[in-house]
Amino acid sequence: MTKQILDGGQALVKCLENEGVEFMFGISGGAAIPIFDAVVTTKTNIKLVLTRHEQGAAHIADGYARATGKAGVALVTSGPGATNTITGILTAHMDSVPLIVLCGQAISPMLGKDAFQEADIFGMTMPVVKHSYLVKNTNDIPRVIREAFKIATTGRPGPVLIDLPKDVTAGPCTADLLSALDLPGYKVPEAPDSRIILQIAEALAKSERPVILAGHGALIADAAAPLRALAEKLRAPVMTTLLGKGAFPETHELSLGWPGMHGTAYANKALCECDLILNIGSRFDDRILGQPARFCRDAVRIHCDIDRSEIGKMIEPHIACVADARLTVEALLEHVAPLKTEAWLRRLAGYKKKYPLKYRKTGSLKMQHVIEEMYKLTGGRAIVTADVGQHQMWAAQFYRTDEPNKFLTSGGAGTMGFGLPAAIGAQFGFPDACVVCFTGDGGFQMTNQELSTAVLHKLPIKVIVLNNHYLGMVRQWQELFYDDRKSGVDLEGNPDFAKLAEAFGAKGFNIRRQGDLRRVLQKALDYNDGPCVINVEVEKTDNVFPMVPAGRPLEDMLIEPPKYKMDKPTGST
Amino acid sequence: MTTQRFVSGDDIHSLSAYVANKPGVLARIAQVFARRGFNIDSLVVSPGGTGDFSRMTITAKGNPEGLQQVIEQVGKLVDVLHCFDHTGQDVVVRELALVKLAVTPSERTEVLQVAAHFGAKTVDLTEESLTLMITGQSDKLDAMLGLATKWPLIELVRTGKVIMARGAAVT
Ligand SMILES: Cc1ncc(C[n+]2csc(CCOP(=O)(O)OP(=O)(O)O)c2C)c(N)n1
Ligand SMILES: [Mg+2]
Repeated sequence: MTKQILDGGQALVKCLENEGVEFMFGISGGAAIPIFDAVVTTKTNIKLVLTRHEQGAAHIADGYARATGKAGVALVTSGPGATNTITGILTAHMDSVPLIVLCGQAISPMLGKDAFQEADIFGMTMPVVKHSYLVKNTNDIPRVIREAFKIATTGRPGPVLIDLPKDVTAGPCTADLLSALDLPGYKVPEAPDSRIILQIAEALAKSERPVILAGHGALIADAAAPLRALAEKLRAPVMTTLLGKGAFPETHELSLGWPGMHGTAYANKALCECDLILNIGSRFDDRILGQPARFCRDAVRIHCDIDRSEIGKMIEPHIACVADARLTVEALLEHVAPLKTEAWLRRLAGYKKKYPLKYRKTGSLKMQHVIEEMYKLTGGRAIVTADVGQHQMWAAQFYRTDEPNKFLTSGGAGTMGFGLPAAIGAQFGFPDACVVCFTGDGGFQMTNQELSTAVLHKLPIKVIVLNNHYLGMVRQWQELFYDDRKSGVDLEGNPDFAKLAEAFGAKGFNIRRQGDLRRVLQKALDYNDGPCVINVEVEKTDNVFPMVPAGRPLEDMLIEPPKYKMDKPTGST
Repeated sequence: MTTQRFVSGDDIHSLSAYVANKPGVLARIAQVFARRGFNIDSLVVSPGGTGDFSRMTITAKGNPEGLQQVIEQVGKLVDVLHCFDHTGQDVVVRELALVKLAVTPSERTEVLQVAAHFGAKTVDLTEESLTLMITGQSDKLDAMLGLATKWPLIELVRTGKVIMARGAAVT
């Protein structure tokens, strides 16, 4: 019997199988038909999930990737299909998420001739991908797929885009599906230099007021367990960044929560008063630093990052270690001894007591209260996604995270509309987990069409719309820095979200009073036949604190609403 | 490894990158420079050793601190094998220029005297024009071009700098 020759689309699907792909999220179109056809003709086990928008596809794949640590795959057509993914690619790029975006493309002889639905997506996405390909020969498909997964998932992960002209996916593929990689320029740092580990250990030994700052890199490298061992051995307090939430248990006595613009007062105070900062896998985002020149100015600064180009980008370190975070922490663990941090920990405990995260339960219902109640009802075990805005900051403050990859949010890009599709992706990755999405009335309206996707697959995600009838975070800035001149922030005209959910075939709930909070949330948690949307009417004009005004040093953090008029912030956003 | 930062007072930097010869690599590198506001003054791309790789020699202007980051970001591109800053190092630097001057037969002797002084060669000659080729360090080219302003310039093409490490070291 002669072996049947695969076409490019079929070879592509086989290669995706070889990479362990479980799902592809996307929408078809003329240029992508051979790929979608191959899903049928190869009888693949990869599940094709039809989304309702390509941005949704990209965020769903991203949420899947963040929750599982595996690459997420989006599959879209050329032109507008491809351009619709760009926000999703930026989101993944900013947060180092392994995302593979497969785009159909006009046939190669038509490239550059304004063919129907031709878009130079390869060129358009160049600044927001880790790498990208325009495949010109069918026989290159196997190599390209293998390279793409390797690049997306190793080192500092990131999105890889593959543009596939229709003639390439339609043509015959005779290449070996396990074709060798050709990546002479791709180097991934691995183990740390032992001399540097000794330098770090030496610096730690001299420290009386150390802090460990753990970022997303610690999660990506699966360093949570050794990190905890290290902190406990040193008796050093740990703060995790917004994206690093879960790299160290937030309920641990050594946890300081997260630092930065809306982080805990005690984390920011620790940064102002420490004599050493050990950064494991954070890129020193500007939302953490306040004013870069003042940040940890008098402390010994140690930066461990797998990406060499992050060293000295924002903060000049005294010691830099370019290596895998897990291997770095494990190596350190062997060379450190307990530090004398009793006095320091006592001081920080005092700050925790004096400046706890707090809110008033009296008066109208607060977002914080809703989030805290959900935290209690789920025992802190849910996979939480948060959209972008005030509710995001409060979700991060009041839903404490103890385990890796359980708090998913768009940090670097701050992409409104990320929350719901990310929750869908997380639920696909963990069908039995409780997945909760905290979203705003603004952000929910950016991608809520994906409720269809969730309904179709009976995903029991809990979408909590914290409805303040405002683009709340922007309104907060206008109130604090622009004399409360509200401009373009009133969400008058919002739909009835519970009814909207019902129209999609999802379950809708409303919470209007504190008295209903616990009961209705419990009902939502007990409903598992598909997604539900819980519209919660909350205080309209509450503000998030603590707050470090953009561009100001952490020392200037406002713990409570200011009593004086604030200058316009000088920091970027 | 601790990073070693090369900070020079210079504003003009000579970089050398060794890259995989693949589509898009030049655009990716150019984007890294553009994003940080660096202007590329000259750029030479040519096959390096085997056809699978290219050598890029880039002269760029900008502040040295930002440049270090640009170099790291170029270095981390998947298709870039390495990127080094050779500013201030002892390297062989060469550039070639073709200069076409509007020169009548009666003026030729004087032009050729200037050319001879700089070791330039005549590569084309007509009744109305004379084209010289000069190679050397960029300041030598500048010096000759300065003297040549005496005659009307028709056009000038410079290749941009190429550099190579001295001795057995690789660039
Ligand atoms: C796609 C996108 N557009 C605009 C913004 C700017 N932005 C940041 S927060 C915010 C308001 C979000 O409003 P909402 O979703 O209701 O959340 P809230 O702050 O009220 O909790 C806006 C408009 C953004 N982050 N993303
Ligand atoms: Mg809102």
